Order: sequence, then C-alpha cells, then structure tokens
Amino acid sequence: MAFITANWNPLGEAFYRKIELYEMGWSLRDGLKECLVAAAPYGGPIALLRQPQRPSSSARPQLEIYSSSGANMASFPWKSGPVRQLGWTVCDDLLCIQEDGTVLIYDLFGAFKRHFSMGNEVVQNQVLEAKVFHSPYGTGVAIVTGASRFTLATNIDDLKLRRLPEVPGLQGAPSCWAVLTQDRQTKVLLANGADLYILDNTSCTPVTPPGLSPQACSIVNMAVSFSYKYLALFTDSGHLWMGSANLKDKLSEVDTKVRTPPKQMVWCRRPKSQQPSVVIMWDRLLLVAGECTDTIQYTLDEESVCVAELDGVRIVGGSRHELLQEVPSACQDIFKIASMAPGALLLEAHKEYEKSSQKADEYLREIKEQSVLGEAVRQCVEAAGYEHEPETQKTLLRAASFGKCFLSNYPPEPFVSMCRDLKVLNSVREYTVGIPLTHTQYKQMTVQVLIDRLVYRKLYPLAIEICRYLKTPEYQGVSRVLKHWACCKVQQKEEPDESIAHAVSVKLGEAAGISYSEIAARAYECGRTELAIKLLEFEPRSGEQVPLLLKMKRSQLALSKAIESGDTDLVYTVVTYLKNEMNRGDFFMTLRNQPVALSLYRQFCKHQEQDTLKDLFNQDDDHQELGNFYVKASYKEKKLEARLSLLQSAVDEYNKAKNEFAAKATEEEMKLLRFQRRLDEKGEALLGLSLQETLHALLTSNFHKQAEQLYRDFRVPDKRYWWLKLTALAEKDDWEEMEKFAKSKKSPIGYLPFVEVFCLCGAAEAAIERRSEGEISTVLSRCSPTTDRALLERLNRARSTAAKK
Amino acid sequence: MAHSVRRDAPELPDFSLLKRLARDQLIYLLEQLPGRKDLFIEADLMSPLDRIANVTTLKQHDVDKLYKVEHKPIVSTSDQLCFLIRPRIKTVKWICDVVNADKAFGRFRRYKIIFSPQKFYACENLLEEQGIFGDVTTDEWSFYLLPLDDDIISLELPEFFRDYFLEGDQRWVRTAGSALHLLHSVYGPFSKVYGIGRCSKMAYESWREQVEEGEQRARQAEIGNVFLIDRDVDLVTPLCSQVVYEGLVDDIFRIKCGCVEFCPDVTSSDKSIKVMLNSQDKVFNEIRNEHFSQVFGFLSQKARNLQTAYDKRSGMDIKQMKTFVSEELKGLKQEHRLLSLHIGASESMMKKKTKQDFQELLKTEHSLLEGFEIRECISYIEEHINRQVSMVESMRLLCLLSLTENGLLPKDYRSLKAQFLQSYGIEHLLTFSNLKQLGLLVEQQPGETLTVMESRVGKLVNDKTAGKLTDAFSSLAKKSNFRALGRRLNLVPKSDEEYDLRVPRDMAYIFSGAYIPLSCKLIEQVLERDGWTGLEEVTRMLNGHEFAVTAGSNGSDARVKTDSQRIILVMFLGGCTFSEISALRFLGREKGLKFIVVTTAITNSARLLESMLDNHA
Repeated sequence: MAFITANWNPLGEAFYRKIELYEMGWSLRDGLKECLVAAAPYGGPIALLRQPQRPSSSARPQLEIYSSSGANMASFPWKSGPVRQLGWTVCDDLLCIQEDGTVLIYDLFGAFKRHFSMGNEVVQNQVLEAKVFHSPYGTGVAIVTGASRFTLATNIDDLKLRRLPEVPGLQGAPSCWAVLTQDRQTKVLLANGADLYILDNTSCTPVTPPGLSPQACSIVNMAVSFSYKYLALFTDSGHLWMGSANLKDKLSEVDTKVRTPPKQMVWCRRPKSQQPSVVIMWDRLLLVAGECTDTIQYTLDEESVCVAELDGVRIVGGSRHELLQEVPSACQDIFKIASMAPGALLLEAHKEYEKSSQKADEYLREIKEQSVLGEAVRQCVEAAGYEHEPETQKTLLRAASFGKCFLSNYPPEPFVSMCRDLKVLNSVREYTVGIPLTHTQYKQMTVQVLIDRLVYRKLYPLAIEICRYLKTPEYQGVSRVLKHWACCKVQQKEEPDESIAHAVSVKLGEAAGISYSEIAARAYECGRTELAIKLLEFEPRSGEQVPLLLKMKRSQLALSKAIESGDTDLVYTVVTYLKNEMNRGDFFMTLRNQPVALSLYRQFCKHQEQDTLKDLFNQDDDHQELGNFYVKASYKEKKLEARLSLLQSAVDEYNKAKNEFAAKATEEEMKLLRFQRRLDEKGEALLGLSLQETLHALLTSNFHKQAEQLYRDFRVPDKRYWWLKLTALAEKDDWEEMEKFAKSKKSPIGYLPFVEVFCLCGAAEAAIERRSEGEISTVLSRCSPTTDRALLERLNRARSTAAKK
Repeated sequence: MAHSVRRDAPELPDFSLLKRLARDQLIYLLEQLPGRKDLFIEADLMSPLDRIANVTTLKQHDVDKLYKVEHKPIVSTSDQLCFLIRPRIKTVKWICDVVNADKAFGRFRRYKIIFSPQKFYACENLLEEQGIFGDVTTDEWSFYLLPLDDDIISLELPEFFRDYFLEGDQRWVRTAGSALHLLHSVYGPFSKVYGIGRCSKMAYESWREQVEEGEQRARQAEIGNVFLIDRDVDLVTPLCSQVVYEGLVDDIFRIKCGCVEFCPDVTSSDKSIKVMLNSQDKVFNEIRNEHFSQVFGFLSQKARNLQTAYDKRSGMDIKQMKTFVSEELKGLKQEHRLLSLHIGASESMMKKKTKQDFQELLKTEHSLLEGFEIRECISYIEEHINRQVSMVESMRLLCLLSLTENGLLPKDYRSLKAQFLQSYGIEHLLTFSNLKQLGLLVEQQPGETLTVMESRVGKLVNDKTAGKLTDAFSSLAKKSNFRALGRRLNLVPKSDEEYDLRVPRDMAYIFSGAYIPLSCKLIEQVLERDGWTGLEEVTRMLNGHEFAVTAGSNGSDARVKTDSQRIILVMFLGGCTFSEISALRFLGREKGLKFIVVTTAITNSARLLESMLDNHA
C-alpha cells in the first residue's frame, strides 16, 4: 500500500500521477519515429502510418491499426495518395486525410468504407495541415490549404463544407491553430506570428489574450481543452499562457524556460480539477505546468504521442502506454501520507481488522466519534473507482463494505453499482480487449456506447456477457449485439448460404426485437441475394420484408408478401413499383393473379387514369365491366353523337358478355335518345330524361300522339301508362281529356285512382281558396308522394301564407 | 317505462377519454404549423370535428378562418393553409391544384395536410406525381373513434361499405384494426374475441399484429369481450323499414353524427333546429328504443307529469319558490323544450307513417320476411316502380325481395329491372351491376331454389377452382339463404300470435314483432354458447370465416364473471342501424349485459343503397 503514492508528484496543491496502462504488444522497430499517429480518445484504437525505411518510389507506406494495448487489428500497404493526417471518428472509423483533400474512411479492421472530398479548390492547392475534431454534431474535419484558406466540415456524416474567410497577411500555414466549438458554432483560432485571430463563418477577428507577457513575439503552439473551455498558448519566449477559450480570463502564465517549440501540447484536466494543467512534450522531456509556478518534469526515453482524455492525458510510446492524470481528491484523501480523512481511517481500520488486531476498533471508534462513517464509506467507494489496479480496488471496496456494516441506513446502490462498473471496466481493460477506460470516461460515454464499441471490434461474446451482467433490456442489449453479429456473419463469403441462415436463426431465434430484414439487407449488400431471401423468411413482419424484396427485384414475391401483410399501403407501393418496372402486359398479368392488388389499382385508376382502367378490362376480357365503363363514359359526353357511339360500344361489349338484358336496355336508351333529339328540334328539352319522365313531359305539353308512339315502341306496361296519363292530366287540370281518356277503354288500374285524383284536387282547391291552415294540412297529409308536384307546391305555399296570418 | 333494468348491470367505460386524446393530438398537430393559418376541412369531417374541438378551441390555436373543402379554387388570403381531410385521391388532387395554382401565380404559402385517420401511400404518391411533395408537409391525425353516445362509437367512415364490399378495396381494414387496437390499449385487454366474416377476420389479424408490435401493459380490463361482424353477413336487417323511434328519426330526418336537424314542420316555428340526440336528452333517452306506436302514449304521459311539476308552484311560499326556481325550473324548462320537439317530430312522423301506403309497405315487407304471398308483393313492387314513388324505396323492396327469396326468377328479374330503368333512367344499369356484384339483387339460377344447400357446397368448390377475381370477393355473399337461416335461428316468429309491443318478449319488437334481426340473433347465440359450436350449419350458410379466440394468456380470468366480462364490444364492419343498436340494448337488459356498438358508420336502408349508385357527376 505504501507504494501507491510512489508515482505521485505534487503540483501546487494537487498531485499528479503517471500510471502504466499497458506494455505495448506491438513490435515496432523504430518506435513511433517517422510515423503519422492517431489515437482515439476514450481508450480507442491507434492508427499508424509508417513511412518506408528507404524512401524510394516503389516502397509504399504501411497503415497499421492497433488496439490501445498494441494488439494488431489491421495492417496493409497504403496505396492511395500521400496522407497528411489521420484521425478517428466518434464511431471508431479511421479518417485518412490526403494531400489532395480526399478523405478516406476505413473501419477498425482496415476495410474501406467510403470517401469524400474537402472541395475542388484543395486539389490544386494541397492540404498543408488538417485536424480532426469532435463536437456535439459529430466528427468534423478542418484543413488549411496551400492558399492559406481554411475549410471546415462540422459533421462528416452530413457533409457541408464551409470555406472560412481569408486571414489577412497569412502566407502558407499559420504557426499554429486549433478548432473551437463555442456557442453552437465551430470556429478556428489561429496564430500567425504574434497575432491571434478567430475565424468564423463570416469574419476573421484579431484577438489578444488578456495578460499575455510582452516578451513573446510569436505564438508557437496552442491547445484547447477536451471540453473546448480552456485554451493554452505557448510562446517563443518559453512562456505558457493559460486562460479560458473565449479569451476573456487568464488563469495563469508559467515560464517553462524552454525556448524550443514543443512537439505537442495538451490539456490535462479532470472534472472538478483542483489544479488544471497543460502537458507539454518535447523530444526528450514531458512537462506538466499548472497555475502555480512549479512544474513537474518527466524525461521521455522514447518517441511518444499524447492523447487528451476527459480526465487526463494518455502517453503512447513505442513500448509503453501510460496515463497521466491529477490524483482525484478522494484518492488523495485516502492515500496521502499521514492523512486523517475518514476514508483513510476506515482503510486503516479494515487493515487492522484483517490482521485481527484490536486497533481496528480504535480506528473505527475514532471515525464514529466524528460521525463521519458514511463519508468514509463514500470516499472508499469513490476512490475504488479511480484506481486502476484490481487489487487496490478490492482493498478499498472491502474497507467500504466493512464500514457499511456499522451503518444502519446506508443506501446500497452506490456500492453495488460501483462493483458492477468496476467489473465491466476491468474486463474491457483486459489486455486482449485493450480499452483502457477510466470510470469517469465510462460514465460519460454510457454503457450503450461501450457496447457499440465492443461490437465494432467484433467482441460479440464479451458484449453479450456485459449486457446480461448489467441486465440491459434485450432490445437495447443482447438483441442489438446479436443483430450486429448476424450482419457480420452474413459477410463471411466462404460459408454456404444454408449454414449461415441456419446459424443465424439458431442464435437469434429466441431474442426479442430482432429485425431480420436488416440482416437480410446487409446480406444483399454483400451480393448474397439468395441468403437474403432465406433470412427474410424469418422476418415475422411482412411490412419489413417488402422493401428489400423490391430492391432485390423479387417483385412477385414482394407483392404476395405485401398482400399477406394486409397493409394496403404496402401493396400499393409494390403496385406502383411494378407499374414503372414492367411493361404493361406483364403488369396487368401480374395484377390479374392478385385480386387484392387489382382492386386497389382499379380504385386508383377510377380517380386518376380512366384509360388504364379500360385497358385493364380489355386485358381481362371483362366485357361486362367494359360495357359499364362505356355507359359511364357516355354520361360525361355532352355531344349526342359521341354519346350514342359510346353507348353503341357498350352494346357491343354487353353482347360479348352475353348480357342480353343490358344490351337491350342500352339499345333502348339509344332509341330513346334519338327520339328525344327529334322532339328537341321542336323546342322540347327532353334530352337525358328517363322514359317515364319523357312520357310525362310529353303528356303535359299535349304531345299525345308522340306519347302514344313511345308507349307502343317501348312496350310500356298499360298500368304504368294509365297512371302516368292520369296524373299528368290532373296536373294540367285537363278534365276534358281526362274524361275522354277514362272512356277510351277499360282502365287497367281500375277507377279508384281517378276518384282519388278528383277528390284530392277538389279538396285542395277548396282549402286553398279558404286559406285555412288546418284544412290544407289535412289535404297534405292525404297526399301520397305520387300526387303531382305542382299541386303539392301550391298547397305548401298556401299553407305557409296561411300560417303567417 | 316498460323495461326493467337489471340492477347488477355493469357500468359502461368512460369514452370521453377518446375525445380528449383526439383533441390533444389535433392541437399538437395544429401547433406544428406555428402562426395564423386558414383551415380547410373535408365536408364529412366537419360534424365529427365539431364534436372534438369547437371553433373557439380552434381559434385559440391560431386558426384564422374555417372553410369547407368544396373542390373549387380557394379565396383564402392567409399565408399558411392547413387541410384537414380524409385520405381520398379526389381531395388530394384538389389540394395539388390549389398549390399548383399558387405556384403559377407566383404566390408563396406554407401548406400542411393532416390526414385523418391515417394517410395512404396513394395520396403521397399523388403529391409526388403532381410535383408538390416538397411543398407540403403531411401529418396524420389518428382520430379513429368518435363516441356518439355512451354506448355508440363510430369510425365515421361511410365509404367503408362500398369500398370494401363492392370494390374489394381493403385499405380501410387496417384502419378498423387500428381502431380496435386503440380501444384495446385504453379499455382492454380483451379476453375473448368472436367474429364472423372475411373483413372481421382481417381486421382482427391486423389488430393482433399491432398488439404484438407494441408493448403490453397489464391492467384492469374495462371491456372483456369483443364481437366482430361484417355487414354482408346480414344485409336484410338494414334494408327493413325502421319502426323504433331512433331508427325512424334517422330514416326520416337523417341523424348526422348524433345530431338531427328538425325542419320547421316539426319545430312549429320559422327555422330548423339542430338537436343532439343522445342519452343526455332525458326525454329522448326514454323513447329512443321504443316501438313507434308506444311513443305517443309515453310522450303524453310525460307531458302530464311535467304539468304536475309546474303546478307544484301554486301552493308554494316565497322560500320554496326560490329553491324551485333555482333548482328545478331550469331542468323543467329544458325538459319542456325537448318534449315539445319530440312531440313535434312524432306528429310529423305520424302523418307520414300512419298513412295507408306506409301500412301497405310494412305489410309487404313483413310478407317478404315471412315468405307469404310473394306474387302480391311483386305486383306491389311493380306498382311502386310504375308510380315512381321513390327510387331508393323501390330499389330497397327489390333487394329485400331478392335477399329473402334467394334471387328473383329470371322472368321477374328482367321485367322488374326493365320497368325500373324506364322509371328512373338508364343510369341504373350500373347500379344493377353493382347490386348484382354485392349479391343484393340477383337472378335465381334455375333449379336452385330447392337444393340450396347442395349447390352451395358445389359453388364453394367452383369458387376455388375458378380464379376469377370478381368471385373472390363478390360471390361470397351472393346467396343469402335467408329462409333456411330464418328457420334455423327462428328469426321470424309465428305471425298468428298477437305481439304485444308494450311488453316486448324478444328482439323482434324492433320490427313490430315480425323479424328478429339476424346480426343480433347471431351475437346472442354466440354469447350464449360461448363460441360457434352448434352453429356449424348456420355459419356454413353465412359463408364461414367465423372465429372465436381467447385472447389473453390468462385464461383463468374468463372464469371470474367480473363486470368487464359482461361488457361486450360489438364492431360492425360496414355500418349498423339504430334498430340493431336498440335490439342489442334490449338483449343487454334481458341478459344483464352491456353492449357497446362500434361501427364504421351509422347506416340505414337509404344510405346503404345510395352508396351503391354510380353518381356520374
């Protein structure tokens, strides 16, 4: 235990410690010399682009990807253009920014994903320097070109290039620059000699950091903190200025007494830092400078790279991987020599207890007297989270658990969740996995993201174990991992379709919320259509199957699946797709076999494409419907000739359909129309009326001969004709004609209707004359709907006038 | 009141929640288009909307002016237009025209289309074809269910009947499934689901699918059982003249969305009055389910009671008078107003319905149902057509004749059709084609009358082999087998007994004791038998597709006769009539059950047949 503070170095009030994370598993002959290095934050992977030993035209640089522990994940010769900068995205993809402005994206295993360009202008001017940065919007890329112009892309997944305004007096690359995210805006801060500028979308503003020492004539390096809140500037006079990134406040200024420009400079902070500091790296020297005048100096025995983290700096060297961080206050309280903090006492008490010494009781008593036992337990639990060595973690947790026994109502959650977290963290810090996450980083990054990272690394079993251990809901946990596994599985080209489909279904069978269609889509992307179809069979939701089937050009299958689903929107999607893909004949044939789709399409055609509807009926030899179609079309036709010809077509179709009745009815309609036209010439507007209406109109306007003719031609039943004539005559008050008519021959409807008509008319006339509301109402109530309309109207009118009185 | 209500009848769930849900979502959607806007509302969404959110509410959410969609160029001056429509091609086409006209005019506006209850791909596709997909934003107002009354919920989709049963268009099926899902998630979980008909089955499946996709929460069920029924299982009932008060009001004045407009005739004043007809109306609530012949007596009794209540005033001192005025008078006034309206309506109906020809009409209907004196009926129908009494009425009688007689004799079929065309115009050739397709008016195949059952089986086999698409959805219901069904289920009580309408003994009272509606009888039978066992022959005649599923995994619940088990949700796909609702209410009272009727729309004979017309406008 005494050794814990051995690697602590004081800086002002705080201590800094450098812990070794891993001994690197890689074997690099020259260490990191002559290498482009990029290491992702949150213990991410490391990419190296190694220049060839002997620079010759044939030798190609080698791109290698390692885990944080130095395990090789990919390695291949670089065949594209010269690379300026490497960087990692938030989802562990490697960005290679080339001189010509092309950015190539590779995954963790060196598989090429896609590429994009930083603009045409770059091709000529070349990229001088580039930076990859992370913001709430995702991963961004910033470049400065040979023409001293900056171009920004805030999010590479939603690429929008922004060319920033020109910087006055800048030739070539600036002496140093950095990307800032402030007020939801991405800006570039750059130094050209002693001048400092902020570049945003529209302007270039010169700025001066408050209290920068006057000896400086040039700013040679700068660093922005992980959170974009703080800024550090290094001047050629060897001074380090630290302040807020908005250049409003100065924190401190330290004279490092080193005049050479540093190789790298990064902030080393942690949330609730006591002593924020900057780590500056030269060839052989690593220097930690904070607010106080002291500094900590480490000698470097090999070429290294610093990686800024949320709570410290990782130093990756040729043989070692270390973490430099401020000692958290909980650890400091417990482990500081001669500390009397409650946690320290509790740890001591537990130690004595293990030795079965009565001193344990003394210590415990002391804590209890101050009644800070709860605080002591809390400190131990917290400190355990900050410790890297499982042994130390265990000691602290045991002490905490020991202390808890003497507390009656201490909540168990912090202890339990810390144990869980540490178990997960230790398993991913494992050498073979190589993700050296700290507890602070883990909390910031969340379990979901950690699982994602494991999945990207194809560490499926570990990911599943973690999900199960943390009891993550299936949908977000195990199922998600399994889906990724399956997506990866289908890409294994050497295995036959059957065995993959089987393997996938066996593994995924029970898991909830798995979308087979996504897996199938992946299989299809890899060109394995057959496998995709097999996988789709497992998909329970037809809605998910259809779009992919269409994409794979299995339209028939897609159509039947869509119909199975009962979702008409889906059916319609397929139908529209088919309509554009197939020639008309095939399209109609397909529809013919699928009544649901057909009726859906018919509905659409009825509103949108009348002609297609006709073609559809034609195709099916559906003469009945064709006939109906023509009849319907005839109504829309204003011109009589066209109307007749449409009706003639209808007659032909009805005949073909063997529907004699409809054919005959249509023929009669044509006959009627012709008849009406003849009369129209005599000034009667009859066109379009039904036979009955025509007769009625004729009878009321004294065309008795024509009416008789119609009556015979159309073989109107006697009863109907008598009724008609009776009412028509009554309406006209043509009683003489009525008498003639009544006597013409024996009435087929009897003589009762005659009497009714007479009575009603007589009563009505009388009532109207007397203007009595009651009487009119009585008459009205006796009227049947067949009573002639003119009389009804008169009665109603008379009643309302009577009522007004 | 003639009916005694069983005291242990369960309480109905509170459906106003559905309204609140719909209103909140609508407001949310309106706020998606911030700022003042004009709202265009599809004509048949107007009344339902009014029941959900009134004009004041809309105005509160920045709606400037309200317009009805009239398929004409618009006159709005607003910069933001919001369209609240049904997902119909015709309306979307109109919106496209509006937007394109604005474009041609160089006018910039923001457009938002809210589809209710859901959008269809065809609509979006049309927007794309017309090149305005990028100019409008679309949203869905999932307003599936409108509670019309305590026990009636409507989807307000009158086109459901034609679209599904005639055109074979299944797009509304999913909507029905979603509606069921909504009810399930709010008032479920349902423990038993019964159903009959193809559409019911599909709606059921669609619902199950949605249940499986979503998450389930264990909760206390308010509705236990569900019965789904296709309208084409029973087409006879909606075609009969309604004689129960509520149905009669619907037949004569047409109840729209739970609201009726009484013409000046009834109100005995100059203007028409709109009246809400639901259980809130105390007078109406007591007479709605009564046979019409009983209504008048009841109303006069009520009037006398009211008078007595008013008369109480005479013997009061000042203090009593004060309480009377503050507490009772308002209620009395209200009741008075309603009473006079209903008396007016009854009078007006009396005038129409007690006339000679109405009696004859009813007599003919009853003869048709009983199968007596068919020849006389046919000549009555003939005369009806010849005298052009009413097109829809003539058609109704024709259909009723065909349904009850299993089709018309070829000779009659031709002559009646020919006379109909002469009377009402050649365009009904198309109507006949529709009626035939739906099986409402068909020709008897020679030699089929006696061997219905045999040919039925043969026909089924043929259907399968002949892949003709029309058969797939239309021939299914072509044979009504009404006579056989009637005998089997005892639908037509013996006519020689006197039927006392004051004390109804079965559901037949809704048709003056002449006929028990098939749909309701089926529900009664299935609930009694807890399934379809013993009804095999009946379902075969009805063309099958029956099902009975115990939904929840917790089968033990079914044993416990909790209140929710006695609440039965009946969903009519294709519409139901007020008479059927009255019959179910009667059945509920008899059995101590409560029925909740969910329907795609309230229908009656006129609406049903009008939907069969091919309007050539």
